[in-house]
Amino acid sequence: MKETIQFTLNGKPTTIEVEGDRTLLWVLRTDLGLTGTKFGCGMGLCGSCTVVVDRKAVRSCRLPVRNVNGKDVMTVEGLAQGDALHPLQKAFLEYGAVQCGFCTPGMLMNAYALLLQNPDATRDEIIQGMDNNLCRCSAHTRIVQAIESVSK
Amino acid sequence: MGTDNSKSIPESDRDTLARRDFIKMVGGGIVVFFAADSTAGGAQFPGMRQETDLNAYLRIAQDGKVTVFSGKIEMGQGNTTALAQMAADELGTALESVTMVMGDTDLCPWDMGTFGSMSIRVYGQAMRAAAAEAREILLALAAERLRKPKSRLGIENGVIFDTEDKTARVTFGQLAQGRKITRKLDGKAALKPPSQFRIMGKPTARLDGVEKVTGKAKYTGDLRFPDLLYARVLRPPAHGAKLKSLDVSAAQKIPGVTVVNQDGIVAVLHADSETASKALAAIQSEYEAQESALDENTIFEHLVKTAPQPRSLDPRGDLAAGEKMSETVFEETYLNGYGAHAPIETHTACAKMEGGKMTVWASTQTPFMDQSGIAGALGMPSESVRVITPLVGGGFGGKSAGTHVVEAARLAKITGKTVQVFYDREEEFFMTAYRPAAVVKIKSGIDGSGRITLWDYNVYCAGDRGSEQYYDVPHSLIRTYGSAMGGMMGGPSQHPILTGTWRAPGANINIFAKESQIDIMAAKCRMDPLEFRLKNTTDARMRRVLEAAAGRFGYKPAAAPSGRGVGIGCGIDAGSYVAQIAEIELNSGAVRVRKITAAQDMGICVNPKGALMQMEGCIMMGLGYTLTEDISFRGGRIFTSNFHNYRIPRFSMLPEIDAFIVKNDELDPQGCGEPSVVPVGAAVANALFDLNGTRVFQMPLTPERIRAASRS
Repeated sequence: MKETIQFTLNGKPTTIEVEGDRTLLWVLRTDLGLTGTKFGCGMGLCGSCTVVVDRKAVRSCRLPVRNVNGKDVMTVEGLAQGDALHPLQKAFLEYGAVQCGFCTPGMLMNAYALLLQNPDATRDEIIQGMDNNLCRCSAHTRIVQAIESVSK
Repeated sequence: MGTDNSKSIPESDRDTLARRDFIKMVGGGIVVFFAADSTAGGAQFPGMRQETDLNAYLRIAQDGKVTVFSGKIEMGQGNTTALAQMAADELGTALESVTMVMGDTDLCPWDMGTFGSMSIRVYGQAMRAAAAEAREILLALAAERLRKPKSRLGIENGVIFDTEDKTARVTFGQLAQGRKITRKLDGKAALKPPSQFRIMGKPTARLDGVEKVTGKAKYTGDLRFPDLLYARVLRPPAHGAKLKSLDVSAAQKIPGVTVVNQDGIVAVLHADSETASKALAAIQSEYEAQESALDENTIFEHLVKTAPQPRSLDPRGDLAAGEKMSETVFEETYLNGYGAHAPIETHTACAKMEGGKMTVWASTQTPFMDQSGIAGALGMPSESVRVITPLVGGGFGGKSAGTHVVEAARLAKITGKTVQVFYDREEEFFMTAYRPAAVVKIKSGIDGSGRITLWDYNVYCAGDRGSEQYYDVPHSLIRTYGSAMGGMMGGPSQHPILTGTWRAPGANINIFAKESQIDIMAAKCRMDPLEFRLKNTTDARMRRVLEAAAGRFGYKPAAAPSGRGVGIGCGIDAGSYVAQIAEIELNSGAVRVRKITAAQDMGICVNPKGALMQMEGCIMMGLGYTLTEDISFRGGRIFTSNFHNYRIPRFSMLPEIDAFIVKNDELDPQGCGEPSVVPVGAAVANALFDLNGTRVFQMPLTPERIRAASRS
């Protein structure tokens, strides 16, 4: 059954009529056209679908869309302010933390939430906090360097 | 290959017709075409090129912008950036003036596929020749226009000028204006020597970086069409299982679901992918599975038993004589199970049939092979099929195979809608063309002075890549038994499941076996493993990378086991030489790699930043096949289903990686996407032996195998 769900999406008030048990991931990708958030495993094991809900990193492939009612949702598309890239985005470019780029949106959003919770995260805290985000191109060295450069 | 319905037209006319079409499609300017007989272009799989291949390498438009067409695809390896650097430098224009068009069968010259680390060393060099040709055309036009001798002209940033009077200048755009010049590449124009490089050799950031960090980058699954339907295809529970009964009625009752049961495909389609998945789950099906006792433990005996007669490579001397010369003979067997590619983007394809033309967007490493495959499956001429490759979210050899492309095309034709087929994660683990399980048996010998006297090398069902001899052994023979890619490339297979190419196919197990054996011999004569290697090879490039890695690491010679946990591995792959030194510790019985120092001689390095990223990625990915990745199966059933039971490298496994390039500008560019993955297993296994004398002969080096080996 369709429900009315109201939330803030990348700073904009958003209202949608959808079946509430659909996952946030596919509603974002299909109904809202925000394809930056990726499907990777469907079980919350790889982190490529990570978005930030009320300042916390969430796996959108497991989250029923009705659970974001009244909440603040941020996807990779909301990270830059217009043409001005977020410091994390700049750091990913500068350090070469991107290869195929498919895990990148999830990495960025997980790192964004990590630094919201812990702005001075140490290298060990970054490694621990990012451990459930997978990158098969294995760009880990540079992803850690990029996040560290923003943390300090 | 493919369907060619234009055979009745004489070739020269076909050339002209197709070229006219091409120019119409891309506009005028200066266009350099491929020529089959040119040495540069013909280097790529002579004889396999389609006759209908008449597309151009590059075009200089009337605004001076350059478009380079490449049948290669971008899957993260950064070839788009390196190729643009090569084109810009060879032409003498700015990197920003170059646009790359990748993997579009309507626009790009025919290409067998993106694998084997060949984008730069094969296609790139041919494309550079085309750019050199275009530069000569531009210089000739400029000489005429400026009324100056060609020899006095210089080129910079897309401007040609008189070196003695810089006010006499003309831009590429001005020269291309109103022209329709086409040239067949003859490969005669000389390539710039490294001393004249301005863009090649400079560390350069990825050209696709900004779109990738902003979420704007489009992969196949991100393409939006008003009539898009997501298709989920019914898969058997086990490979080789036959469908006995099928009931789709429950799926059919879900509003908006289309069920297709035609041409060997059972699929459900819906505008919402989750509803399509629900419909798939609602299908009742029964299969008859072929019972087989083969599993991840019994496979090795099976492979050896069923192997056909071997193919012999590089025979030197006589094995019997070598055994006689040997003071000590070593006989060992090395094993590696099946592996999955596990790209984060699963196989995805999107197809649309319009006006008799089938267009398929695909996450693929082989768009031209897919074009032929679709044409064959649908009974259409190749020219009526266009495959476009958006950005690919990782391939690693896995996207050289897959059913997604033909399935999407079939379903688009059947339904008349735009159809996307994507594998979910479990399907990705089930449908991939696995890295083959392998057995390597080596009998080797040394004399009393620590010289290798015998090398009797036998590899089963993994292929010969990486087995090449780079030690100076008087009596040596390499034998390869059975096919690594039966099922995928046709021909018989000893493998019970589909196998294919996995980053540096075959080389990872071959180098693991070979370089472990080297250390076993070095330990027997109480010689330092580096010293033993240097004593036994005169190959100058190998000696150089070994010495460079040792110098950078601060390597101190010692016979193993020294208790330090330091190990060496080296190898040759895709024309590049690599040497790595690993330093490890044991943490609750599991290997924890602390550091890997890695040297790579890859000839001319086009983009040092991109090359280091590839090296680091290879090393980190290599830790997966070395330590954790193994497919669990019985018969055709695959138990590995997602990332919880297939552990790929993650942040907590990250060692300090010190990768560096051993400069070699004397040599044309060599491969880069794979070489650094090949020595990781050996370096880590040798480091484990150095730590506590435990020798593990099977990858991955799991805590259980380490425990078992340390007891024996």
